[in-house]
Amino acid sequence: MEEILENKQGKEIMLLGNEAIVRGALEAGVQFVSTYPGTPASEIGNTFYKIAKKAGVVFEFSTNEKTAMEAAAGASFCGLRTLVAMKNFGLNVASDFLLPLVYTGIKGGMVILIADDPSCWSSAQSEENTRGFASLSHIPILEPSFPQECKDFTKFAFELSEKFKIPIMIRETTRVSHQSAPVVLEKIKKGKIKAKFVKNVHQFSTMPPRVLEMHQELLEKIEKIREFSEKSTLNKIKTGDPTSFMNKGGRVSFASKVGIIASGASYLYVMEALKELNISLPVLKLGFFHPLPNKKIQKFIGRLKKVLIVEELDPYLEREIEILARKANSSIEIFGKNVLPEVGELKPEYVISAISEITGKKVNLNFQKHIQKFKKIKLAKRHPNLCPGCPYWFVFSAVKKAAPKGTIFGGGIGCYMLAGFPPHNIQDYLYCMGSSIGIAHGIKRISKQKLITFIGDSSFFHSGIPALINTIFNKSNPLIIIMNNSTTAMTGQQPHPGGADTIKIENIVSACGVKSLKVIDPINTKEMEKTIKEFLNKKEVSVIIARRPCVRLKT
Amino acid sequence: MEHITKNQFNIVIVGTGGQGLITILKIISQAVLIEGKDIKTSELHGLSQRGGSVEVHLRFGKEIFSPLVKQGSADLVIALEMQETLKACYYASKQAKTIFLVNDFFIPIPGKKLLGKSAILKNLEKFSQETILIPASALCKKQTGTPVTAGVFLISLACFKNLIPLSPDSILQAIKKIVPEKYLELNKKTWLLAKTKNL
Repeated sequence: MEEILENKQGKEIMLLGNEAIVRGALEAGVQFVSTYPGTPASEIGNTFYKIAKKAGVVFEFSTNEKTAMEAAAGASFCGLRTLVAMKNFGLNVASDFLLPLVYTGIKGGMVILIADDPSCWSSAQSEENTRGFASLSHIPILEPSFPQECKDFTKFAFELSEKFKIPIMIRETTRVSHQSAPVVLEKIKKGKIKAKFVKNVHQFSTMPPRVLEMHQELLEKIEKIREFSEKSTLNKIKTGDPTSFMNKGGRVSFASKVGIIASGASYLYVMEALKELNISLPVLKLGFFHPLPNKKIQKFIGRLKKVLIVEELDPYLEREIEILARKANSSIEIFGKNVLPEVGELKPEYVISAISEITGKKVNLNFQKHIQKFKKIKLAKRHPNLCPGCPYWFVFSAVKKAAPKGTIFGGGIGCYMLAGFPPHNIQDYLYCMGSSIGIAHGIKRISKQKLITFIGDSSFFHSGIPALINTIFNKSNPLIIIMNNSTTAMTGQQPHPGGADTIKIENIVSACGVKSLKVIDPINTKEMEKTIKEFLNKKEVSVIIARRPCVRLKT
Repeated sequence: MEHITKNQFNIVIVGTGGQGLITILKIISQAVLIEGKDIKTSELHGLSQRGGSVEVHLRFGKEIFSPLVKQGSADLVIALEMQETLKACYYASKQAKTIFLVNDFFIPIPGKKLLGKSAILKNLEKFSQETILIPASALCKKQTGTPVTAGVFLISLACFKNLIPLSPDSILQAIKKIVPEKYLELNKKTWLLAKTKNL
């Protein structure tokens, strides 16, 4: 049996942050889980895919993040505890549904897990910070720092969600989701997976004018959750070295007059930095990003001369604290993005340097000098590559041979975005899932340049179909190559509707009225080349389905 | 040893996607857990695993906060590929008395001229106390029939050589727990090979 399903209370096992989220959901009695794969959130779906049957949980890989969130909400409306997981960009896709969902609220506890990826370790697109959705959607957001908290916060999130009838978001970053550490197990709770939808138009229909009442109710709900956040131990004051820092009454001394506010992985770097610099400063660790415990923060900063806000990417927290400080302590000096980078993830050495700058405490190693020495080394870049035997090698090579000079190449999200690296170098634009076709259409409507655009099969189901239909409806003629390897390969070979022949892509394409359509096994390079040349001269949209399974797919 | 006074041990493992870095990370982690110490690791998934550079971090000892090893503070760098060793210099320093345990093995990068062995070793000298170069892939291929266990060989050897403050028996126990049944014999054999090579 998988270790993650062991029901031994008190046992300590190594878990990845994402696995700890799974375990937390199991201990909370989760009954329905949905996802669309996206790294750094992928292991949540992968783990449930493996254990769902044994765990007695309904699990699905949905066609995209929006359908995943809608499915989870539907199950929640029937009273089930549900979890939906995705990476940051997935939330953009699902956000059309998220906003009204936060208005109406839910029935069974619903947790939305979002994984951000500062430094874009496994992302193209943007260095998106999901914290922005707090102000856009009002959804409460919790931010764990390490695997044990991933588990505990998930359990707590289900409780909170049911108490306030609102979905709760847990926001991870790569260094939390892909961090392993010992986690203490508690009992797994098994729930029933059959339930009924009880009609309640008052809650579930956002028809105006009711929707305005819902908006008002939501704002009131958030203030109640804020009161809860004020008292919650998820937001607490810690110190670098408790023995030297606490006075006799066990209360935190503020003699230093310098304090730090942090959450998530940033908190870990702060604690590491204090240890390294051998100083004790009060640290307010925030488990809630939204709603913030305003009073707790004001009390904390009220006694300080300087406060350092340690957060990755945009200064969301810093701005909030600037506002709170106007009332609580207008003379306080606030440090944040003036001593820490706004682009890229934080590293412990950045936080050490920042604290050193503010406190005057000396750093052991001269980081600047060290980095200069390091930069003298001639490093060769090792790009990721297609696997040996990957069918995409054949597609790219045929395209390179057949396409005339000046052809525009559209790229998308998946293994086929490696088209942008050597030796291929055939990717002139890259945005997000489905947009390879959408943009191709726009270009072809105004330009006669030849254009070939790639889209993966999973991306085609995710958001390529509306773009294909738009191309046909509004009459342009790109050549679309659908990379049909029967799996969502980049994120770890998760199944999709085209995999086990559930839905044949050619049936969809021809039902849309595409006349120039061919299904080709790309190892037939001659046929690939001939068809590409022929289709590039068509006056209407043309589609090649390059069909050959991923080499990593276990048959 | 440095790590005994500071109560923590920092390892950075570098290599390329497909060399099994995550597995050896899991084995060391399990061994640490067996010995009842605090531990945090950091790994990356996704795009980087398609044959690109891979780097994983492991820190253990008494109360570990950061999952990332900070600049210049690695006690040990394990490199599964020569060229990748250079990237780990960021985490290494003379001050931390970093030791490099390096697989004498090159994976070429198409279209690029790489630094040769002696140039690489010269660079490592500036960032380390000692470099131990071992043809782990070749040895494993010769003795166990496959080079894929080079990583398991190196971590086992590191424990036998006392480069990692963990008992080799904990590593063996961890191998039994982490490695799937059908590869278990191969990995146990590799552990034994490390034992004989240390004699």
